[in-house]
Amino acid sequence: MIKKRYILNFPPQSGDKAFTYHLVKEYDIRINILKAEVYPGKRGSLLLELQGKKENIEKGVEYIKSHKITCESLDKRIRWKEEKCIDCGNCTAVCFAGALNMDKQSWELEFDKSKCVVCELCIPACPLNLFEIDFR
Amino acid sequence: MSTTKTYEEINQKLKAGKAVVLTAEEVAQMAKELTPEEIVEKVDVVTTATFGAMCSSGAIINFGHANPPIRMEKIRLNGVPCYEGLAAVDSYIGATACNPDNPEYGGAHVIQDLLEGKDVVLEAWAKGTDCYPRKHIKTKININTINEFTLFNPRNAYQNYNVAVNTTSTIKYTYMGSLLPNLRNATYSTSGELSPLLNDPEFKTIGLGTRIFLGGTQGFVVWPGTQFHTTKPKNELGVPVTNGATIAVMGNLKEMSPEYIQAASYEKYGVSMFVGIGIPIPVLNVDIAKRVSINNSQIETSVLDYGTVGTPKLGQVTYEELQSGTIKVKGKKIRTAPVASLKKARKIADELKKWLQNGEFEVSKPVHMFASNTSLNGLKETEVDND
Repeated sequence: MIKKRYILNFPPQSGDKAFTYHLVKEYDIRINILKAEVYPGKRGSLLLELQGKKENIEKGVEYIKSHKITCESLDKRIRWKEEKCIDCGNCTAVCFAGALNMDKQSWELEFDKSKCVVCELCIPACPLNLFEIDFR
Repeated sequence: MSTTKTYEEINQKLKAGKAVVLTAEEVAQMAKELTPEEIVEKVDVVTTATFGAMCSSGAIINFGHANPPIRMEKIRLNGVPCYEGLAAVDSYIGATACNPDNPEYGGAHVIQDLLEGKDVVLEAWAKGTDCYPRKHIKTKININTINEFTLFNPRNAYQNYNVAVNTTSTIKYTYMGSLLPNLRNATYSTSGELSPLLNDPEFKTIGLGTRIFLGGTQGFVVWPGTQFHTTKPKNELGVPVTNGATIAVMGNLKEMSPEYIQAASYEKYGVSMFVGIGIPIPVLNVDIAKRVSINNSQIETSVLDYGTVGTPKLGQVTYEELQSGTIKVKGKKIRTAPVASLKKARKIADELKKWLQNGEFEVSKPVHMFASNTSLNGLKETEVDND
């Protein structure tokens, strides 16, 4: 069993299909919807956590992609310009998901992208503007 | 009688490479086993440091004279307004100044761009005079074309600072970071036991002329900082439990490093600048040894509600609690986050330690000590006649 987060972007014409239902029913994947923005007739974006057998998740992702929906792993959509980070800690103040933490020994910023829920609060919280999340 | 040392003796030891230099964190550890009497015997200099956003910062710039010359009466650097009331081609650019059309880029960014060697657009206007006939100039400048480029920060290195929380139901965007509603986070900005003015709380060694680490080079304490407040409430160890004294500092930006000067922009607040400061404290006697031995469990600070006008005090916590990750305020456990870099502060303390050990840096006896009985005025508003 593995657990992984994906961002899905729907084109306007696919907004009314029950993809998550098929993921559960046909691929035996446990899904957790962490964030959803759906604008019928325009576009939709979804942050999904998929839990299941590795091969099932791979097949499920292929199934989604075959319907002209982009499906990319969350960490590929998050950019943190680490080399410019000054380890001030401002982003950790707003990260209630626990993805951004200060190491209590070195006081360096640690970013566990797998815990991100795309609340996007770190983007304005960083005084150096070092975060970018491509959700939409 | 216990040991006392003079500045001269310590400097001789530094020059000979025989001085013992420790960081304030190292000496706080040492103090768990040794008495102040033993520490003054063993340790000669203690290095302290901070790397935080310090809004009251800026740079003096002399642009040099153009031909024909101009007496600049309105000045912009990359669109950011600079002070124009200093002769023909002198200016002061404040870190927090910004162009209202592009509020995320401010004076701190101009300073950083210059420091990184980038070109910056200078535009200035004037009425034209007999001796300065020109009315307008627009040109590129950089760190090599300007004459003086001097960091002059009127208020830096706050002695202690408050913890910020927010009791209201909406997020508050402040210079202490984004404060989540209903006490869901708490931010603090002081480097605790490593912080310069907490290791010399009564200014026994820090004064006018103290040589310091500033932005990666040698700088100086040039005056008490603005809002210099020495009579705020103190704990039993004589350490203020809220923001107290400050220092004004100066140094040559042309010698500084972008690693220790960093522009910053805070959501719905504005621009500020991270400044790296390190101050060596000579261990002259037992009293100073006692002061530098202080550790995070002995330094307290006030928790203030930044969501409510008047920022009421909700509690008092230690830096040990703050650095543990959670504090308890009004019976509620709150997650803490720093907004100043302890990692960078440690790097500065280590760097300064190396300079001292290599004999590249002397401790300096202040030429004048600061007042010890200061307090502050608020801004009292009085009626203004309209005639």
